[in-house]
Amino acid sequence: MAGFSREAAIVGIGATEFSKESGRSELQLSVEAVLAALADCGLTPADVDGLTTFTMDTSSEIAVARELGVPELRFFSRINYGGGAACATVQQAAMAVATGVADVVVCYRGFNERSGSRFGQVSVAAATQVNTNGLDNAWTYPMGLGTPAATVAMQARRYMHEYGATSEDFGRVAVADRRHAATNPHAFFFERPITLEDHQASRMIADPLHLLDCCQESDGAVALVVVSAERARDLPQRPAYVAAAAQGSGRDQFVMTSYYRDDIGIPEMGVVGRELWRQSGLRPDDMPVAVLYDHFTPYVLMQLEELGFCGRGEAPGFVADGAIEIGGRLPVNTHGGQLGEAYIHGMNGIAEGVRQLRGTSVNQVDGAEHVLVTAGTGVPTSGLVLSA
Amino acid sequence: MSAAGGAAVIRPMVGRDSAFFWEGTAAGELRVQECRGCGALRFPPGPSCPRCHSFDQGHVVAVGTGTVFSYVVHRHPPVPGKELPIVIALIDLDEGVRMVGEVADVGAEEIEIGMRLRVDFHRIDDDLTLPSWRKA
Repeated sequence: MAGFSREAAIVGIGATEFSKESGRSELQLSVEAVLAALADCGLTPADVDGLTTFTMDTSSEIAVARELGVPELRFFSRINYGGGAACATVQQAAMAVATGVADVVVCYRGFNERSGSRFGQVSVAAATQVNTNGLDNAWTYPMGLGTPAATVAMQARRYMHEYGATSEDFGRVAVADRRHAATNPHAFFFERPITLEDHQASRMIADPLHLLDCCQESDGAVALVVVSAERARDLPQRPAYVAAAAQGSGRDQFVMTSYYRDDIGIPEMGVVGRELWRQSGLRPDDMPVAVLYDHFTPYVLMQLEELGFCGRGEAPGFVADGAIEIGGRLPVNTHGGQLGEAYIHGMNGIAEGVRQLRGTSVNQVDGAEHVLVTAGTGVPTSGLVLSA
Repeated sequence: MSAAGGAAVIRPMVGRDSAFFWEGTAAGELRVQECRGCGALRFPPGPSCPRCHSFDQGHVVAVGTGTVFSYVVHRHPPVPGKELPIVIALIDLDEGVRMVGEVADVGAEEIEIGMRLRVDFHRIDDDLTLPSWRKA
């Protein structure tokens, strides 16, 4: 096990409401979420000495610190690759508190991703950034491949071809998410479950992806408070110990367009999975519940394979018969996921993992002692195993 | 079919390591990087060879034919400079490298994995020519 396994814990979670138009700035959203997370665990901004977020967040660590009145920061970091960074924020926070570099680190992510700059649209800014990512995007955007959905569709089509997967197999992920969201009052799609027929009837966005294969665009923010295991024991909430926290990047890695490997897919999640099981000493069979990043449904199937829940090409069989719904063999995304609850770049999924360990999920898995959480796929990514 | 709002096509970022490719398309050539150290072909190009670490990189001119490895029919949302739907393929060139290309004359219902394509060139203006693919 890694040196910091179970040496740190998530002790506080906080969020704004999830909407399509927050009516306030992204910075305000993040500050609101941080205050809520601190209140959740009985701490105040004066206790905070570390902040971490993602490269795509428009609110800098120092701006958040200023609004909160945080006196001094001893640790701050900003992790690359968008949603792939979600679990890595907790990894860096855990390493910081486990080593004594900082005492209280808050991970945050806030955006107006529906009412402001929409992530589902073609981003000219992404194509023209002056760095190697911009140079990489020269091989796709000018050819018309310029939305997240289209880049995933390219992978999904090949997956269908190689393994005989169908659109209905992808749809089962959406049905599970929306079933779980239907009982979650915080979910945008509260009380609005869908059927597989609804999925099939939804309009095509980028063949083979239907609209209901794609996550929402949401406004909102989520924050997580990480402290050492020792300090966690003195705080009011049941700690969610960080049993493992890993990042992963694969051979010939690109951002959303790792198309030049012999076997395309998402081997970077395999890197994360192997490291999570090594650090934690646990196995896929030990996980009673999982939160798998679901910006697009096909990648949930591919993650199940990369993480070792089933063999390559076997995920369509794995998700059949409600196996990933509450009551099934491995309930996935019990908050409703990013298709059902909100798309806060994976941070809301980490909060759900914490709720499962506290026993407070709206779709609680009885006696959940461990939960696996993953971050954005198709990009360099990250993951967590949290334990009670 | 729906118009793309008249916006200009997204232009590629071009750097020292990739300029040869775009100079090639303007000249009607599909150029693939070739390592002068070990002979390996590579796409996308870069300044060093991941296999032998040589910085001496040249190129070959591809024959211009390949096979569809995967594809997307992009229907929504609009893409600057393009008419929807767009058929975009991941193409295995006969030389053994893979690249993304817009397929110009194959319909959304006709495109399939394994289809043979040949490259053509679509001149946007004096500064940009894009590869474009047609049924071989």
